[in-house]
Amino acid sequence: MNEQRRATLNMTWKLVAIAAGSFGFGFALVPLYNVLCAVTGYGDQAKLLQKVTAIEHPDPSRTVTVQFLADVASAGGWEFRPEARSIQVHPGQLYTAEFYAHNLTGRDTVAQAVPNIAPSEVAAYFHKTECFCFAPQHFALNEGRDMPVRFIIDPALPRHIDIITLAYTFYDESSRVTRR
Amino acid sequence: MAEHLAHDAAHDDHDHKPHGWRRWVYSTNHKDIGTMYLIFACTMFFIGGGAAMLIRLELFKPGLQFFDPQFFNSLTTMHALIMIFGAIMPGWTGLANWMIPMQVGAPDMALPRLNNFSFWILPFAFTLLISSFFVPGGAPAGGWTMYPPLTLQTGASFPMLIFSIHLMGASSILGAINVVVTIMNMRAPGMTLLRMPLFVWTWLITAYLLIAVMPVLAGAVTMMLTDHYFGTTFFTAAGGGDPVMFQHIFWFFGHPEVYILVLPAFGIVSEIIPTFSRKPLFGYEAMVYAVASIAFLSFIVWAHHMFTVGMPLAAQLFFMLSTMLIAVPTGVKVFNWTATMWKGSLSFEPPMLFALAFLFLFTIGGFSGLMLAIVPADYQYQDTYFVVAHFHYVLVPGTIFGMMAGVYYWLPKWTGHMYDLKLATWHFWLSAIFVNVLFFPQHFLGLAGMPRRIPDYAVQFADWNMVSSLGGFGFGLSQLLFPYIIWKCVRGGVRIGNKAWEGAHGLEWELPSPPPFHSWTSPPSEAVIARGAAH
Repeated sequence: MNEQRRATLNMTWKLVAIAAGSFGFGFALVPLYNVLCAVTGYGDQAKLLQKVTAIEHPDPSRTVTVQFLADVASAGGWEFRPEARSIQVHPGQLYTAEFYAHNLTGRDTVAQAVPNIAPSEVAAYFHKTECFCFAPQHFALNEGRDMPVRFIIDPALPRHIDIITLAYTFYDESSRVTRR
Repeated sequence: MAEHLAHDAAHDDHDHKPHGWRRWVYSTNHKDIGTMYLIFACTMFFIGGGAAMLIRLELFKPGLQFFDPQFFNSLTTMHALIMIFGAIMPGWTGLANWMIPMQVGAPDMALPRLNNFSFWILPFAFTLLISSFFVPGGAPAGGWTMYPPLTLQTGASFPMLIFSIHLMGASSILGAINVVVTIMNMRAPGMTLLRMPLFVWTWLITAYLLIAVMPVLAGAVTMMLTDHYFGTTFFTAAGGGDPVMFQHIFWFFGHPEVYILVLPAFGIVSEIIPTFSRKPLFGYEAMVYAVASIAFLSFIVWAHHMFTVGMPLAAQLFFMLSTMLIAVPTGVKVFNWTATMWKGSLSFEPPMLFALAFLFLFTIGGFSGLMLAIVPADYQYQDTYFVVAHFHYVLVPGTIFGMMAGVYYWLPKWTGHMYDLKLATWHFWLSAIFVNVLFFPQHFLGLAGMPRRIPDYAVQFADWNMVSSLGGFGFGLSQLLFPYIIWKCVRGGVRIGNKAWEGAHGLEWELPSPPPFHSWTSPPSEAVIARGAAH
């Protein structure tokens, strides 16, 4: 009986350890997820926030549509929109798009735009030489201004892609959905 | 409940037990704890079912009739949480408690005090969850999948949701640990692994799934909690987090969870069909390996729940094909059950009727699952009533019918009385007809484009919604027969011997009915075990 008792406790603690391990595994999925994005380049945030220097090699034989989307976080008091909804571009050529933001929060504040791109595999071919999303933007009370993003699409962009959507979500320091 | 029944246990010398409330609150007896689990699950089944009735009431015709949309969304969210974590999972644990020690020849569960603890967590968890209906902002309404950022905006009930999930998770992990240790360490000598009844096998695999994935859910909701209160940004894009990552973590738990809900039903059906076909189960070992393969595959298919969030083509292909691969071991099971009946001497008592309905209707749910696995088709079906129809087919005539089949199979063993077979047959036919009236039209609604989780809908969906609601009310009302039949059987009925069913095999049928308070205090002999393991 004592031997069985020991076997029981032994096994119980092993199973508790497995359960604790899978609790930890849930958290380990967070860095794993980011590593996976970085390795495959799919929708890689770090890539979209990276400043690159590029040399223009326009490929006028090919035209790609780039659509722009602008969103604000649910708690933010902002007007935020692209100046043009979409533009036609040639891979290898440098373009500038403007986004207009207007601070309606009633405060002097700092805001950060978070980019996203679809289809996500484009992240590896979409290079930015300049972007308002690289750094937090300061806005005075009731200030509105245009902010530029300069980008160049890699001519190596896979042939089957002819529409790209670039989206920004604008968060100010009050827009942590948390703590309300 | 069983006090006045236990005097039957004349052979048992030390059949003393505490009386009154202490017997239940302090219980370390697997049968009493199993009974409490089953009563708890039945209560939750009717509370969750009540929410479903209100949902079908609002959807009876287009327009907003009774509830505001926020409360409607609370109803759908709470219906799912209560049914999954309150009715089905405790129901299976209750059956495991009652049956596994008797089926493997053990005197009790391996960790009786832990058993008491894991049950008594549950009433607290669900009091916490259900009372969230009465706090400012109402009950959680963001769906049972709790996707951020929507669920992060839940009002005062947010921490109640998170902590009740923690509690039910703790309860089921502890219950699962108990099951594994019981099966691995407490089997009678001679009860080898491949002699175990399939209910024990499926529960062993289910328990491993629970231990592996419930903590992942606990981790995911803990991250939500810290995002909400402590300024972390796991799922908040503003701080570099990603809401889509929650979906990956959630479904890494969520897909094995659906097999946690259904595998014990596979086990029960694998015992009932041979009993009422008077033939051994066809392909016992294949059944065991099929369950193990399903459990393994369940870990690598999760992203089929979220094809539309955007993922690489290669990933979509992988998740589509791995999902379809599950149809192979599932097909092995369905064909083996069918082959078990081939040339058998079939009879159609209530457990067999429920098991047969399980076989047909679960297979329908499996087929619609295959349709949903096809990526391009899924883009059309995603978040429509087709999905609702699919998972209700596998969970209601699948899991719930499997559980009811198990209760009708073992109820005479537990009480020592045969229940009212005629009434139980009525219960079966009403359930089997109404469940199809309820859920089959939802396939049509989904294919026609009706979205899930909406309190109002376009008029072209009106007719089938009314049919579905009528089926829902019929199904809900017919379930009232179930506790009545059980109550009547507990109170009295025709006495039965050790075997309630002539074709039944297994150690539980070697014990008297009802079994003594402490059964198998000395392990069964090799001969008894060999007689039980008929396959």
